[in-house]
Amino acid sequence: MAITSIKNLKEFSTVNERFEGAHLLCPGCAHSMIVRELMNATDDNLVIASATGCLEVCTAVYPYTSWDTSWIHIGFENAASAATGAEAMYKARKRKGTLKDPDAPVKFVAFGGDGATYDIGFQWLSGAVERGHDFTYICLDNENYANTGGQRSSSTPIGAHTSTAQAGRVSYGKKQKKKDMVAIMAAHGAPYVAQLAPNKWKIMAKGFQKALETEGPCFINTVSACTTEWKFDPKDTIHITDLATDTLMFPIYEIIDGHELNILYRPKNVIPVEEYLAAQGRYKHLFKPENRHVIEQIQKEIDAKWEYLQRREEARV
Amino acid sequence: MAEKMELNDVEVWDGNYAAAQALRQAQVDVVAAYPITPSTPIVENYGAFVANGYIDGEFVMVESEHGAMSTCVGAAAAGGRVATATSSQGFLLMVEVLYQASGMRLPIVLNVVNRALASPLNVRGDHGDMYAGRDSGWIQLDAFNAQEAYDLNFCAFKIAEDINVRLPAMVHQDGFLTSHTAQNVSPLSDDEAYAFIGDYKPVEEMLDFSKAVTYGAQTEEDWHYEHKAKQHRALMDSYVVIDRVFEEFKQKTGREYKRVESYLMEDAEVAIVALGSTVETAIQAAQELRDNEGLKAGVVAPRCFRPFPFNEIRDALADVKAVAVLDRSCPMGAMGALFNEVSAAMYTTPSRPLITNFIYGLGGRDFSLEDAKHIFREQKGHADVGYITTHIQQFSGLRGPKLGFYETKRSK
Repeated sequence: MAITSIKNLKEFSTVNERFEGAHLLCPGCAHSMIVRELMNATDDNLVIASATGCLEVCTAVYPYTSWDTSWIHIGFENAASAATGAEAMYKARKRKGTLKDPDAPVKFVAFGGDGATYDIGFQWLSGAVERGHDFTYICLDNENYANTGGQRSSSTPIGAHTSTAQAGRVSYGKKQKKKDMVAIMAAHGAPYVAQLAPNKWKIMAKGFQKALETEGPCFINTVSACTTEWKFDPKDTIHITDLATDTLMFPIYEIIDGHELNILYRPKNVIPVEEYLAAQGRYKHLFKPENRHVIEQIQKEIDAKWEYLQRREEARV
Repeated sequence: MAEKMELNDVEVWDGNYAAAQALRQAQVDVVAAYPITPSTPIVENYGAFVANGYIDGEFVMVESEHGAMSTCVGAAAAGGRVATATSSQGFLLMVEVLYQASGMRLPIVLNVVNRALASPLNVRGDHGDMYAGRDSGWIQLDAFNAQEAYDLNFCAFKIAEDINVRLPAMVHQDGFLTSHTAQNVSPLSDDEAYAFIGDYKPVEEMLDFSKAVTYGAQTEEDWHYEHKAKQHRALMDSYVVIDRVFEEFKQKTGREYKRVESYLMEDAEVAIVALGSTVETAIQAAQELRDNEGLKAGVVAPRCFRPFPFNEIRDALADVKAVAVLDRSCPMGAMGALFNEVSAAMYTTPSRPLITNFIYGLGGRDFSLEDAKHIFREQKGHADVGYITTHIQQFSGLRGPKLGFYETKRSK
């Protein structure tokens, strides 16, 4: 069924079941929402590569698979290589006329968590984007190594508690700021880069469609709230994500051809970041008097980033 | 359509160029590669073929060897012919993905131009990299010269892609000694070469959307063991196809390959077992010793390092009295790997020849005719007295005081 308009969530969410409901992801995990939405955003055939991580270990446990499409997992760091290797083979076989159905439209997609994307697979992703393959890389950014029990990643925000950047008597958690992966990927000159969130599902679907339709390498960072490691009730995933987007902790925007920045969502009422932090166990230590300064710092950085994004958008450069 | 290339009946090629020509003639769909000495000219020559219209496939120059093998795996799962080349540190960077390629039963062909492993950094040839691949689930074929590097690439594609095998294959040649030494090579014509391996037949391919496929699933203690045992069995059983392909290649070219090559072994009393270009040195030493000293010396060389030709090694050495097994890789705290494998095979024979181990040629240290002759003469000494008079493990060509380990208990 072709998707011509995205109006009705119920209809949209059942349009194209290629990701089976039977999987082992935690109740309340946003990964499956994002993956389903990507797969529902197109009727084209999909070749999907997944990095080692929550998504992979929860969806392809032999003899079962949740993927009703072509799917490959090699290792933690090389999902971009797997997807672009398949894309190279597609080009070769199309040229040589050895495809079974040469006219069938195909899209190549790689999924990785922030561990796979920001850290261990950074080089593989950078190489694949530089080479200009026609594929879309989607980072399921839950800001920690959730699959191995919640260790820090370079996407973990300052102040968050993780098992390898712990909050304790003399520590407020992670000391370093989150890496700006969206800017880094835009700096590659990728034709389409965006940061999207599943609570803004219409925007996310449009962003996915734009990426899939754009020729060349596209990168999308999606916020994927992690009930287990962020420590919130599984029923609150979308509520937490609302707070992430409406505090501007996770601004929603796209960058076209490495420079044209468009803000895709402007909260009517911007919420102070304290509310977002207070809703998650991983930040609870920040509310101790000696750690309050970290909350202030986070708020300052959010304000500065928002100012920057708006100026970039206005400047059209 | 790719341009065809006219070749002479005999060309003067080095091992790298011979391998690059074989990849061109195999009409590989995707080559994903990262250059490293001494295998770089394979990739460079391939790049020249691409730039001049001799190749229809995709040539993907990636950001690392790990990325190269990862891209090869993605490409192979998408149902086409895939190959690449590497050496040494690049090979080590690939190792993680080598296991994943074989575990997914993807018939990729990897040319490994053997080179030493750092540290200290060394670009010359030894077999440290080749040995590091021996548990990775790949077929490993070993070329002793440029002609064989060329021929074995075709055999590798045909063996790896056989429906009864479906395993990746390496073709090894010695860094510089083979890869950079120009030799006479008799090539096949483009048409003959392609006809020998034929069109690639996709199996469970990701680009056939009539059937969803999942590659690289998770298994724990419930199924992992069965998967690995099945993979091991496929590799063990692949000898049937290897023998058949070697026979077909002989029919086509007159050039004969066996999983274990034997030279001057009919009446041999002592033998050297070796891999790579050393085999040719050892053959010449054996011939000269036969001619000049009446020493009945012979040479046995595994053409196929994996699957290890246990029975054929045993049979080839069944009648000799003393054997020296040469390992061009430092085993670091153990006996050489080839020594261990040959010893295990010979232990099952009634005669159990006297077997010693020589480490040699590390980091490209020259292995001369005299070195080989010395080893043969020493084996003759063992044979005459009936026991090993030296350390079981010795170092050939090492400067400084003599180094040796372990002694036999079979002495009188």
